[in-house]
Amino acid sequence: MDPSAYIILSAILFTIGAIGVLLRRNAIVVFMSVEMMLNAANLAFVTFARMHGNLEGQVIAFFVMIVAAAEVVVGLAIIMTIFRTRRSVSIDDPSLMRN
Amino acid sequence: MSMSVIVAAASEGSTGEQFTFWTCAILSVIGALGLVLSRKTVHSALFTALTMLNLAVLYIANDAPFLGLVQVIVYTGAVMMLFLFVLMLVGVDSSDSLIETLKGQRLIAVLLLAGFAVLLILTLGTALTGTQSVGLVAANEEFGGNVQGLAHLMFTTYLLPLEVVAALLITAALGALVLAHRDRWTPKLDQEALSRLRMERYAETGAHPGPLPNPGVLATSNAIGTPALLPDGSPSELSVPPPLRGESRSRLAAETTEIDADVTEVREIAEGKETMRPKALRDVDGHTDLAEVYPEEKGD
Amino acid sequence: MSILTAAQAVLPMSDGAPAENVEPITATITAAQAGGAFPLMWLLFALPAVGAAVLLIVGRRSDRWGYLLACALPIGSFILACILLAQMMALPEADRQVTLELWNWTFAGSFDAAFALRLDPLSISFVMLITGVGSLIHIYSIGYMAEDPKRRLFFAYLNLFVAAMLLLVLADNYLLVYVGWEGVGLASYLLVGFWQYKDSAAVAAKKAFVMNRVGDVGLSLAIMLMFLTFGTVTFSDVFEAAPEASETTLTIIGLLLLLAAVGKSAQFPLQAWLLDAMEGPTPVSALIHAATMVTAGVYLVVRSNAIFDLSTTAISVVLAIGVITMTMGAWIACAQDEIKKSLAGSTMSQIGYMFLGAGLGPAGYVFAIFHLLMHGMFKADLFLSAGSVMHGNDDQKNMRLYGGLRVAMKVTMVAFFCGFLGISGLPPFDSWFSKDGIIDAALGVNVFAGLVALGVAGMTAFYMTRMLAMTFFGSPRWAEDQHPHESPPVMTVPMLILSIGALFGGLFFVYVAPIGEWLAPVTGYEESTPVIPEIPLKLTSLAIAIIGIALGWRKYATKDVPRVAPTNVTILTTAGRHELYGNAFNESLFMRPGQYLTRWLVWFDNRSLDGLVRGIATGIGDLGGKLRLWETGYARSYALSMLGGALLLGVVVATARWF
Repeated sequence: MDPSAYIILSAILFTIGAIGVLLRRNAIVVFMSVEMMLNAANLAFVTFARMHGNLEGQVIAFFVMIVAAAEVVVGLAIIMTIFRTRRSVSIDDPSLMRN
Repeated sequence: MSMSVIVAAASEGSTGEQFTFWTCAILSVIGALGLVLSRKTVHSALFTALTMLNLAVLYIANDAPFLGLVQVIVYTGAVMMLFLFVLMLVGVDSSDSLIETLKGQRLIAVLLLAGFAVLLILTLGTALTGTQSVGLVAANEEFGGNVQGLAHLMFTTYLLPLEVVAALLITAALGALVLAHRDRWTPKLDQEALSRLRMERYAETGAHPGPLPNPGVLATSNAIGTPALLPDGSPSELSVPPPLRGESRSRLAAETTEIDADVTEVREIAEGKETMRPKALRDVDGHTDLAEVYPEEKGD
Repeated sequence: MSILTAAQAVLPMSDGAPAENVEPITATITAAQAGGAFPLMWLLFALPAVGAAVLLIVGRRSDRWGYLLACALPIGSFILACILLAQMMALPEADRQVTLELWNWTFAGSFDAAFALRLDPLSISFVMLITGVGSLIHIYSIGYMAEDPKRRLFFAYLNLFVAAMLLLVLADNYLLVYVGWEGVGLASYLLVGFWQYKDSAAVAAKKAFVMNRVGDVGLSLAIMLMFLTFGTVTFSDVFEAAPEASETTLTIIGLLLLLAAVGKSAQFPLQAWLLDAMEGPTPVSALIHAATMVTAGVYLVVRSNAIFDLSTTAISVVLAIGVITMTMGAWIACAQDEIKKSLAGSTMSQIGYMFLGAGLGPAGYVFAIFHLLMHGMFKADLFLSAGSVMHGNDDQKNMRLYGGLRVAMKVTMVAFFCGFLGISGLPPFDSWFSKDGIIDAALGVNVFAGLVALGVAGMTAFYMTRMLAMTFFGSPRWAEDQHPHESPPVMTVPMLILSIGALFGGLFFVYVAPIGEWLAPVTGYEESTPVIPEIPLKLTSLAIAIIGIALGWRKYATKDVPRVAPTNVTILTTAGRHELYGNAFNESLFMRPGQYLTRWLVWFDNRSLDGLVRGIATGIGDLGGKLRLWETGYARSYALSMLGGALLLGVVVATARWF
């Protein structure tokens, strides 16, 4: 099947993820949107792997997954820490570096 | 639909793949939109899981069965569970308003993202339309399968990145431990210290040192909103759970006047001014006669 | 030989021998070759230097014995100098130039200046003067500074002064001269400002230092130019190579050396510091005027005679400066009421004579040095006597408040009178030989200069009579509580020794030890052709001196001198009292324009350079302030910026791919 369909789907998912990152304030939702963007990229990698008949794209996608997992662990820990001190998970609250 | 069927359908480039693609594509876009648009975080998490699962199917359809399974296990299984745990800690009902507080953020973001999407779709779409996929059949067969092929690559060409990523994972785990850890600055309080503290607080502020009285004790009803009566007959507001205190304010007042009447009566009986047997202790609605509460006393 | 022709006896050919018989020094011999005490000549300046070091380092613990050590060391130098002089006289004339290389001091590339000393008739003459007169002044200072709490420090500085001056005259190259030159400047600064708690002393010290600095620039530039031209700064090499250089170069070097000499010797136009320097203790004034400081300029010019001989311009300027300063100094000396300032004017005038002598070329060098030595003795005598007068009159300096001191201060008066005889040109005392020698030679070379010199000789006699009369004769004009008393022997004895020198120095150097013969190998000699026969000339100069004395006596001894300076005086006197407006001149020509220039530069610097720098800084700061507003602190805003950047990048890449 034409790889362009997968790629366009990937682009759409990426864009929707970006909307989530830019417009939502709940840190957990933002985080999930980031994961969505990573997954969209992974879909593109997998599609390219198939398109070129080369497994390396899949290897990269795999690495992305691992790094994403690590990122989730640390990111959620950070969210928890912020929540403990501020009783809030809004990413607009920690804006002490303003101006 | 088993995995082999999907793979077979995909490799043929048949309508089977078309069907799979469109189904999963629509579902995953719905999931993504749900993630962004849900007011409740839990819903967002569930929509994300939907998208992840659909993407797993699409991976498999793209000759990547190993990644598809990893997607299910790692993402949908582990990562999303972690999200839900954190949600549980933060508060399941946490939701944020959808009113934008940053001036112009929504407009600019939508415009830029529209431009971004158009750019991506136009460039990639035009560049890729009409190209034929080489397919991974040959690449997979070289080492006897997709997993074997990936393993070969990962442990030869990409060995160093793999090790680095392993180190990253361990570091991330340690980092999470450090971040979640809370330092204890004071020694842990044992039972003796706690009781002393409680008595001190009582001495200073008069805070109740013992366990709180249960609601309804010695009262006319044992409903959770009914305050307990103290030995002197006055109602104890402490016995009522905090959420009910405000609501039951009127009831508490009513109860108090009633109890005052009771206490007066009991005193009078004790002093011999009144007969032992009151005509009726309760007039207020919803409250039973003392005789009804203590039927055996009737016999007196 | 009559006494009138005695001056001619100074000269080598006075016995009738032709001038060619003067053997120039042909070879330089090292101290080791010369043997005897010559290898020890470094002790000459090292002894006082050690004295200064010990007194300064040991500090208060040496208060009790420090001044004795400080007196003993220059005396030791003097004894050594006597031995060296005797040895040098024993050497054949052509060998009287002994060098001692102590160590190789500075070398860089082709530049090579050894720390080397050079002893020849010229420098040994100076050494004798410096150590002899210097020692006497040291001894005198014991009495003069007896009451001063900082006496040890004073003696340390005196030793430093003497050591620096000795190094200056002993040096074998211009670089080492420069070291001594600066040392003299430093020591004079310390000593003039010794009573630094007095504002006037502190200012005078600064003024002396700054004006000397102007001259020092000349010396340093001259040294650099010499190195550039000749590749060396050693005396003998420079003088040997000098004829090969162009006259322009030699003129420039000569004028730069002259600038240095003018600064150090307080000649026009750098004369203004000398009178202010009288704020220092009187022994310092004596030292500056007689033995050290001001003679350095004359030394430098005479020492560099090989350069000046080759440049008519430079030597003419020397002569002109001599004539101008001679007149100015005498003029000032006639008008000043403070005894020390009047003497300072006299010094200017006498040094002017020496410059005039040096400016005459080979005909006058000998007389310049001769007069310098004579002046060293009679001026030291005069200053020490003046110091004694002040010492006995509660540091009163104003001559109008003296008068009739001959009764109270007999010894001092005798000493001052000897100095008076020495300076005023009466036969057969010092100036009779030395000053008339200069006048004689000047008339032979430049009639105008000679006539001016003759006139100034009269002025000299006049102002010296004025000083003598105002101080010791006439009616007493002291204040009620002033009790003039004689100074202790520790002060009067050095004065009397110097008096002997002031009286008989000239006779000694003419008849006993003819100085012309002695110096001619270094300075060269050229007979001047007298335009006026000798005997009439001598008679004329004697007559002029007597007229000066008579005028002075009539005006200041026979009439009452008002205690407050009269104001209805001629414009000439007013100008003299204001030191011929030298300070006003410097102020209006250099100081105020300098201040304006500085102010303008500060303003300009603030506006342009600093303004530019500050403008850039504030501009960047303001820009940062504006950009800072973009930093909302909201992660989502930053994410939006990143998206914008990514989009831009994508558009650029896509555009590049398409076109």
